[in-house]
This record gives sequence, structure tokens and C-alpha cells, in this order.
Amino acid sequence: MSIKKYGKKTALTFYREMYKIRLFELKAAELFMQGLMAGNIHTYAGQEAAAVGACQALKQSDFITSTHRGHGHCLAKGGKANIMMAELFGKSTGYCKGKGGSMHIVDVSLGILGANGIVGAGIPIATGSALASKIKGTDEVTLAFFGDGASNEGVFHEALNMASAWKLPCIYLCENNKYGVSVCIDRICNVEDIADRAKGYNIPGVVVEGNDAFAVFEAVKAAATRARKGEGPSLIECKTYRHRGHYEGDPQVYKSQEEIETWKQRDPIIRLRAEMLHENMSTAAEMDSVEAEIKAEIEAAVDFAKQSPYPAADQATTDVYTTDNERSVAR
Amino acid sequence: MRKITYGQAISEALHEEMVRDTSVIILGEDMGVMGSVFGLTKGFMKEFGEHRVIDTPISEAGFTGMAVGAAIRGLRPIVEIMYVDFTPICLDPIVNQAAKMRYMTGGQVKVPLVIRAPGGAGRRNAAQHSQSLETLFTHIPGLKVAVPATPYDAKGLLKTAIRDDDPVVFLEHKLLYAQKGEVPEEEYLLPFGKADIKRPGSDVTIIAYSRQVLFALAAAEELAMQGVDAEVIDLRTLVPLDWETIEASVKKTHKVVVVQEAVKRNGYAGEIAAQIMENAFDELDAPVKRVAGLNVVIPFSPGLEDYVYPQVNDIVAGVKTVVE
Repeated sequence: MSIKKYGKKTALTFYREMYKIRLFELKAAELFMQGLMAGNIHTYAGQEAAAVGACQALKQSDFITSTHRGHGHCLAKGGKANIMMAELFGKSTGYCKGKGGSMHIVDVSLGILGANGIVGAGIPIATGSALASKIKGTDEVTLAFFGDGASNEGVFHEALNMASAWKLPCIYLCENNKYGVSVCIDRICNVEDIADRAKGYNIPGVVVEGNDAFAVFEAVKAAATRARKGEGPSLIECKTYRHRGHYEGDPQVYKSQEEIETWKQRDPIIRLRAEMLHENMSTAAEMDSVEAEIKAEIEAAVDFAKQSPYPAADQATTDVYTTDNERSVAR
Repeated sequence: MRKITYGQAISEALHEEMVRDTSVIILGEDMGVMGSVFGLTKGFMKEFGEHRVIDTPISEAGFTGMAVGAAIRGLRPIVEIMYVDFTPICLDPIVNQAAKMRYMTGGQVKVPLVIRAPGGAGRRNAAQHSQSLETLFTHIPGLKVAVPATPYDAKGLLKTAIRDDDPVVFLEHKLLYAQKGEVPEEEYLLPFGKADIKRPGSDVTIIAYSRQVLFALAAAEELAMQGVDAEVIDLRTLVPLDWETIEASVKKTHKVVVVQEAVKRNGYAGEIAAQIMENAFDELDAPVKRVAGLNVVIPFSPGLEDYVYPQVNDIVAGVKTVVE
């Protein structure tokens, strides 16, 4: 199906957002290996079509929950690259004032209810957000991003069951990138498609080509419409692939070179660029200039992060509690 | 003043806050049609509707996680975990999500969530329905922990917990539900981090919380007949902790016994003892004594069960070791 119907402006927006995520991740990986970031980071490179396709189908007022591999989701929902990069550096200008780091980016004002270091934990949180919308009588939907690994956590079942029983405005978007750290989903799961599990909850379950941003967009759009009409949740499985290791520095002994190469041929960003050029929706020069703009934005984000101060040591004891913090921390 | 039970006091607190604030919701197993297994929310579903009094499936991790999400979105959920023994099923949303959300987001998020959980031994419910697990929660920064002993305290503290913007683990003792006490008709709230001297005394300080406060008071009466004037401090909340009241009492009596129903090892009594040792060692005339449960699984058979957690005579005996 041609992407022409979406128009040039929309297609360029998709491209810009996806390219931004890729560049952010490659830059973060580079800086991490240079020792400029502490801890570890999980990059999203390769899966950009899922985050961008999904978030473009949502409204600004809608909510998402994210995962340990969450940079892409947060950028796609409107997170600012410079504030995110500062958080990855542990700087006081970051989204969490340096207290959260890579796995805990949150901006509630943008509807980002949180990346999460615990696999699957965002699923019930998203479901609770959907419950809040239903109780308040507002029309936001909440979308939970999670991976194939999280679909085997107990809370996946518990949350989908409740969301279905109570027709909550929630979208469960599983990015099946084939691996939970090192373990291939085929080795630990006896169903081909995680989306099949939707039958067990009497909700729609669809499999989507996860590297096709517009395919994801259409699936999420349909699920959001259904959710807003009060018809309940949907499960969407995006078949995709992470280009890099579980963490930066992961030698990926569990993947074959052949598999890696096959999926690189299906790179969502190269694919969209080729499609747009093929359909005469843009020119190489125009797309190059979009890429240049993004490069400048990411470079500026890195400069901002580098120049920002680390939090003062006394900040370690603030924000534990909203009220009575000092006393509750002291003893 | 009128007297009502601890259970009625909790029920009143829930009801008053539901009426006062439409963002307050209740969710948990059997909370709606049945009105909770202890009868605390009878009639609530009819009065407030199914959207505010929610009968959940038996999915503790799922609905507690949902309550965290709803709290971030501005509701004030009150979750009941039917027995505190079931909280290990849903520790992730409590420990990794609710407790840490504010801190790890750099103060962006509030989680105004109350987790009510009945606990305690003495009801012949055996190992998986009888524990005292407060130290699981006091150990986790970001959680506040309330442990009321009387109907008056239960009501005032629960209303405060519901209005608090932080996650509160509110531990009720099952054997207290039927206990009666004075509770005023008019509204009141009790602050967290304010202990209550349930019995003033000058010879020895007994620090206790939850049901053991009643045992400590009974022990103090017995000790009085033997010429020992014991002061009984009810901590009421463990986080935040009212150190000032503890310190003032230590300076007065110079002898301390800390009582808890939970197993002794790694218990909160040990924490109190350590704080006294660190901060008021020079005031002590004797080592701080702990009277606590044995380090065993709660047994079923009545004789065995009563043997493994502190009874009044255990407290009396404990006090004697520090006053003699």
C-alpha cells in the first residue's frame, strides 16, 4: 500500500522523528563507550517505527508507559532530546534532575508516565491510568509499550484481563524484537504470535509489520478509536528487531550474523526514506537537510548535557517524600 | 463519648473521605458486593457506585500496579490487600513503583496511594494468614507506615493517610477489629510521626505498636501491682518516627523495652533499640530489651500459636530484666 495518501508533511514528520531517535541512540551509545555516562543504557535503534507510528496515532493529551528500552518512546511522545540527554549524563538539568537516569525518563505534562526498570511493570500502571480516565470520564487513551519478554510476566495477564472486563481505554503495544536479553522468544514461548493471546481476553489482537511506521500508525489509530468509543482495550504486536545488544557492550553471542544482516535490510528508517523517494514525496536533498537539522539538534543536546552541572550532593535526600520528607528520611 | 470498634472506625474514615473527595476510590478483592471480608465497606458500592468501589479479580500485582497508575493520574486509590501475607505477591508495585516514583522522577510525580492490609497472629489462621510484615515496608524509602492500635488512632490516622500525597502502607491488626474504644462524633485527623503516650510512668519505658500496645498496657497494670511504674508509648506510625517522644521518655526512665509481634530477627524493635543506643546511650541504665515473636513460622495449633508471639506475661518478664 502506498504511503502517498498520508501526504508529504506527515511522512516527513515520521521520518524526522524516527531519524531523531536513531541519532540520539547512536550518539548515546558512542558517548557511553567513551565513558561519559555511568551505569548502562539500552538503545532502541532498529525499533523506531513502533514508537513513532504509535505516538503519531495518539493525541498530545494521551498517555504512554515505557520500558527499560524507553528513549525512543519518550522522544516520540515529545520528550526533548537535550533534557533526556542530560538525564542520561546524570545532570541536574535532566528530566529527573539526575536521579532517574536512562530507565526512568518521565514527563507527565507530555503524557509520558514513565520508562521503567522492571520488565512488565508499566503494563498495570498504564491500565490504572486508563482506569483513571474512565472514572474521570475524560477521553484520553493510555498506551503501554512493552516487549516480548514482558508478555510472559504475570501482570500482563492480570492487566489485560481487568482492562477487558472493564472495557478500559488502553492499548497494549508489544514490540516483539525477538529477544529478552539473550533468550529468543521462540525458545520460551509455544505460540508464534503474542497477539494471539488477545483471544483469551476477548479483545482484538493484531500482528503488525513493526518496521513499517505507517502500519503501526494504522493499527494504533484503530485501537485508539475503539478505546475512545468505550469498546475497550486492544493488543498490538509489532514484529521488529533491536539492532544493538541488550546493553551497550553486549557481544550478542546469542544472535547469528545472518539474522542481524537480514534485519538490517529491513531497517525502518532506510525503508521509509526509500519509500518516500520512490513515491516522489521528497527529494534526497530535502531528506538530507532534515537529517542535518536533526544532527544539529542532537549535537546541541549533547553540548547541553555536557555543560550542565551535576546535582549537588544534598539533593540525594530530597524528593523521597512529598510531605514530611526530612523527618521521614532521617529515621 | 461514644464507643465504636476499630473496624467501625476504619469504615467511618473510609466513608467520610469517600464523601469528601470524589477522587478517592477503593479497590480490592470483595470490597464491593460483599463489603470486604471484614465488613468494612458494607453498602459503599451502592452508595458510591461500582466505578469508585471496585471488586477486583484475585490479581494483587495487577490491581496494585493499576492503583499506582491511577494515583499518578490524580486519583487517590485505597487498595485493600485482604491479608498482609498477600503483599509479597504485589511487592513490585509497592516497593519498586509506588515507593520510588517520586524520587526517581526528580519530584515530578506524586503517588497518593493507601495500601490497607490486615495482619497479625492470634486468629488461628496459620502461617500464610497471620504474619506481621511491617519491616518489609519500613525498610523501603518512599513508603510511610502506619500501625494503629485503637479505634481513635485508626480513624484519625487513616483519614490522614488518605489525604497524604505519599504512598502509605496502613497495617491493621485483625484481632483489633472487634475492640471498642472512644471515638468522637465530630471529624478529626491525627498527624503522622506523633507517638502517643498511652500510659505515663516513671520507672521504665515500654515502646509498642499495633495490638502489642494493648498487651503492653495490660503488662503495665500488672507491673504497677508489683511496684513498677511503666510508661507505654504507642508509636502509631513507624515512618515517620516520633523520635522526640522516645528520647524524652528514655531521659525520664532510663530503661527501655521495645515490643513487637513480628519475629525478632530484623524487626522494627531492633531498629528502635539501635537508634536509642546511637543517640541516647548515656541515658541508659540497662541494655534495651526486645520482646518479640520467635523466629519461626506462625503455627496453627492454638497452644503453639500463642507461644510464638509475645503475650502479656512475656512483656512483664521482659520489663523485669531491665528494672531488676
